[in-house]
Amino acid sequence: MENVLEVRGLNAWYEEGPALFGSRRRRQVLFDVSFSVGAGEIVGLVGESGSGKTSLSRAVLGLLPDYEGEIVHRSARPQMVFQDPYSSLNPAHSVGWILEEPLRAAGILDAAQRRAAVTELLEKIGLGGDYASRRPSQLSGGQRQRVSIAAAVIAKPRLIVADEPVSALDVTVQAQILRLLAELKEDYELSYLFISHDLNVIWQICSRVLVMKEGRIVEQGPVEEVFDRPRHEYTRQLLAAAG
Amino acid sequence: MKKKTTRKKGNSFLYTGAVLSGLMLFLILLGCFWTPYSPTAMDAAAKFQAPSWAHLLGTDNFGRDIFSRVLQGADASFLIALCVVGISCTLGVLIGGLCGYYGGLADLALTRLCDSITAFPAILLALVIVSLTGRGKYNVIFALSILFIPSFARVVRSEFARCRELNYVKSARLMGVSDGRILFRHILPNTFPVLLPAVTIGFNNAILSEASMSFLGIGVQPTEASLGLMLSDSQTYLQSAPWYALCTGGAVVLLILGFSLLSEGLQRRNGG
Repeated sequence: MENVLEVRGLNAWYEEGPALFGSRRRRQVLFDVSFSVGAGEIVGLVGESGSGKTSLSRAVLGLLPDYEGEIVHRSARPQMVFQDPYSSLNPAHSVGWILEEPLRAAGILDAAQRRAAVTELLEKIGLGGDYASRRPSQLSGGQRQRVSIAAAVIAKPRLIVADEPVSALDVTVQAQILRLLAELKEDYELSYLFISHDLNVIWQICSRVLVMKEGRIVEQGPVEEVFDRPRHEYTRQLLAAAG
Repeated sequence: MKKKTTRKKGNSFLYTGAVLSGLMLFLILLGCFWTPYSPTAMDAAAKFQAPSWAHLLGTDNFGRDIFSRVLQGADASFLIALCVVGISCTLGVLIGGLCGYYGGLADLALTRLCDSITAFPAILLALVIVSLTGRGKYNVIFALSILFIPSFARVVRSEFARCRELNYVKSARLMGVSDGRILFRHILPNTFPVLLPAVTIGFNNAILSEASMSFLGIGVQPTEASLGLMLSDSQTYLQSAPWYALCTGGAVVLLILGFSLLSEGLQRRNGG
């Protein structure tokens, strides 16, 4: 299986302190992180807040200015699905405009083709083509998250970084969104790096899992193996806490 | 429940403001094409006539029809205010937008510069600029445009700084949308709710400032009409022809009241 993402020996730092006149401290947030995401794979990323999950996702998306190590992508632009479905859609534009924007930025289709692609995808995510003219404010949280996911996949990236994509949603809606993510993975040949603190969600959807603590990956492997026979003390604590 | 009542009240501000501004705009447009008398036609036999059906707002010291002159003066004031708001809003949005989105040292410097401009009374700074550039309509527009930039730059800057961190802007960056497009197509439309009240308030201030400057004799020069200039003339005849000052002043008040109500209504509608 070929990999869509390979990360080797990644160390990363944040700058802290006042922006003016030097005097900024360098704080290391990632320590010697190595992992890969294979084509069509869903890799879970768990860890408490402050463990470096967000830093790692930023590194993968190419948003970290200060790092050492290798980040090798097979796809040009990995996209992101955010936790909060309310700030991830531009309130000033229609759903159709929002979904067309990635295609406009990629510059691969003309206007008619873009509209056709938007209608097709809206059908696929279970909203229907007439939602193109609606505003985000007219949608429910679950519908917004569907549109956010659609906006991330419409330009056909190979890798999606999903940062707690269902944790702001109702439990019933969560299941629908997870199903949608799984369907889109098949149709669009996607891979996910799936960040969550909910081990049940990781168990349902992921094939492999990375466990992070204090900027390090302390354990990684197939979900069944890690969950059934955790080797690291921290993983055991997480599993015990999840029940 | 409480939210509903404030919303209703906001609408009444908005509607009254819209009706009043609409009426004033109609009169201003009318004044561009038609006035009952020529605003410059003098009539020695009809000096200082009180308001009547022949002269709705009476006549002035040269026997000129005040209603016609108010229409023409409002025209001039309106056009000047329009230019001032247009120029300062465009520059303010550009400066505020770039500062808010990129931040950094330039942002710090420009924000402080804007703060120091607003620290001075506007009329005082306008006096300084006009004394450097000379009097006249175009210098008034130039001076006021510069003075009004900070009021737009400030509100726009804070909105851009806020939106920069929002997920939809982050997504746009990940998609490879260009910075210019993010600034003007993704963020700018979201600043309209705060920009629109700023524009109406700025418009009011522009009309007032222009009137004050013309009143003080550093604005629009005689032979051209302007509400401020007429007010300045009329104060000499406050006792013999009080309608001259009252009607001219009343026109300024109505013009500003309409736009104030409009901006108040807009702000309340946005829950501000």
